[in-house]
Amino acid sequence: MRVEQHPILKFSHGGMIKFYFNGIEMYGFEGDTIATALYANGIKVFGHSAKKKRPRGFFCGIGKCSSCMMRVNGVPNIRTCITPLQEGMIVESDKYDLPETAPYRKPERKTMDVDIAIVGGGPAGMAAAIEAGKHGDVSVLIIDEQPRLGGQLIKQTHKFFGSSMEGAGKRGIEIASEMEEEARKYADILLETSVIGYYNRGHHFLAAVNKLKGIVYEIKAKKIIFATGAQENYLVFENNDLPGVYGAGGIQTIMNVYGVKPGKAGIIVGAGNVGLILAYQLLQAGVKVKAIVEAMPRIGGYFVHAAKVRRHGVPIYTKHSIMEAVGKESVEGAIIAQLDEKWNFVLGTEKKIDCDFIAIAIGLTPSARLAQMAGAKVKFIREAGGWVALHNEFMETTANGIYIAGDAANIEEASAAMVEGKIAAVHALNSISPLTNFEAIVEELRNEISSLRKGKFGEKARLAKERIYEGYYEELRGNRSG
Amino acid sequence: MRSYEETGVVDIGMLKMPAEEQLRKGVAITECIQPIPCNPCKEVCPTDAIKMDDINDPPDIDYEKCIGCSLCVEVCPGLAMFVVRKRKGKAQITLPYEMLPMPERGDIVKALDREGNVVGDAKVIAIKHGRTNIITIEVDEELAMVVRNIRVEK
Repeated sequence: MRVEQHPILKFSHGGMIKFYFNGIEMYGFEGDTIATALYANGIKVFGHSAKKKRPRGFFCGIGKCSSCMMRVNGVPNIRTCITPLQEGMIVESDKYDLPETAPYRKPERKTMDVDIAIVGGGPAGMAAAIEAGKHGDVSVLIIDEQPRLGGQLIKQTHKFFGSSMEGAGKRGIEIASEMEEEARKYADILLETSVIGYYNRGHHFLAAVNKLKGIVYEIKAKKIIFATGAQENYLVFENNDLPGVYGAGGIQTIMNVYGVKPGKAGIIVGAGNVGLILAYQLLQAGVKVKAIVEAMPRIGGYFVHAAKVRRHGVPIYTKHSIMEAVGKESVEGAIIAQLDEKWNFVLGTEKKIDCDFIAIAIGLTPSARLAQMAGAKVKFIREAGGWVALHNEFMETTANGIYIAGDAANIEEASAAMVEGKIAAVHALNSISPLTNFEAIVEELRNEISSLRKGKFGEKARLAKERIYEGYYEELRGNRSG
Repeated sequence: MRSYEETGVVDIGMLKMPAEEQLRKGVAITECIQPIPCNPCKEVCPTDAIKMDDINDPPDIDYEKCIGCSLCVEVCPGLAMFVVRKRKGKAQITLPYEMLPMPERGDIVKALDREGNVVGDAKVIAIKHGRTNIITIEVDEELAMVVRNIRVEK
């Protein structure tokens, strides 16, 4: 199941690591997560549901969904998809009882005090750290749950669109490593650490944990930027909980970051840019794509992305969706069918496709919960992808000193996320100690982002932001009058 | 709704066709027909043959200025640029190729159309390794505007 050769990526696997899954000795590579090592060993079923004993596998692959949780070294509820594999690890599934012996030592407590804390080290978070470091003499900390920086950029093998001035034509993986190098110059980085809460004791505080190491961090910060990204949307269909039904991003992660194939052949639900790009990436990794189904009458992503996969013989069925996943312990096929004008399946149009995985690429929902916990007012804005933290043109939320940037603030793409991160950083910096050229920097960044949002494909983002700003100022007025 | 939005296949009628003599010299064919914010092709063009007033405009190629150098084929993030040159009853097509296995010069590979159907054989006559590898193949002249991909069977 490992990707043996790849036209773009080079996988430099580390040494062999021995671990145990339900008592069976297995091997993975240094650099694997527990989930990718298991998957490479042919293990797709990561457990069973507590009551009905339905098989469970991973779904999102980026630590957002909890579908891959197992007991590791006696510690329950470890998200195996973001936990690096270590020598001798004991991984157990289907453990619902409490551990016999308390696995927790008294946690080690660490306190930190920084000017700007950035939650999330993807494009928005890294760009924020770099911008803050460039313009000011402040302490910056990036906290991320993943074993490495880069967010979703580290799995993008395609060349980015946009302006040549802004690095268009570079692949996501290249942009990620350039940014990481830069970010490390300006910021302290705390990886494999989850921010689990916010509290205010006259100052902003974040609580973060490294669960396996048993470390609890108490982080005091003057300003906080939440660049927490987004999570994959789910779709209702029969057997949608079977292992083998994965989020598109989850597949990109195991395949392009860890070099593990999701299967031999699959179908993709959703012909937006994510679905189309995933199809092409699967072909590059030597995995067959039997079909892309799209409920809308038209392909949602860029035509050029669609043309790329069509040239390789991948069919795109518009006005089609998935009815059912077929299989016992994991996906063995999918039944797709045509949709009528009222989005009902047209009976008689069902088609069974043999495949061992189904990728769900039907959009993302902003991860705004932490910002909400920090006091940011949230509102459901459809164009932005769901519940979002209201914020102003400087990315500051309704909570003073709490910023949001990137997909967490509205589902968009990486270039826009980076500019938002920069705007948030510059504003945060300026309110810590005023910058002489604040206006000029911000204006340039604002021009940059409005040019990204020009045109037909930028329409949704323009609309979303309009509504977000509107909500922010309404909230502000409401507070004043109240 | 335009048909390409439903099929993912360009409607040939939408493409600006070069004259026969321009095709004999060899020119870039752009299949980037939908407004998206992107401009590396315009920036890389050494003869200023690509017109794009706004970054959202699809590229418009001036076939008098285009020298068929294929730099745009290599740089295009959408893999939507090709160079077509007609010679002695054959068409030479330069296309981007980001798959494995890589062919070798002289190999006979399958020539595919825009839907991935095999429409004939193609002879690999040049390979340029770059950010995106670009491959020049030779097919029958009538396939000049049909073939847009190859399949390498090894």
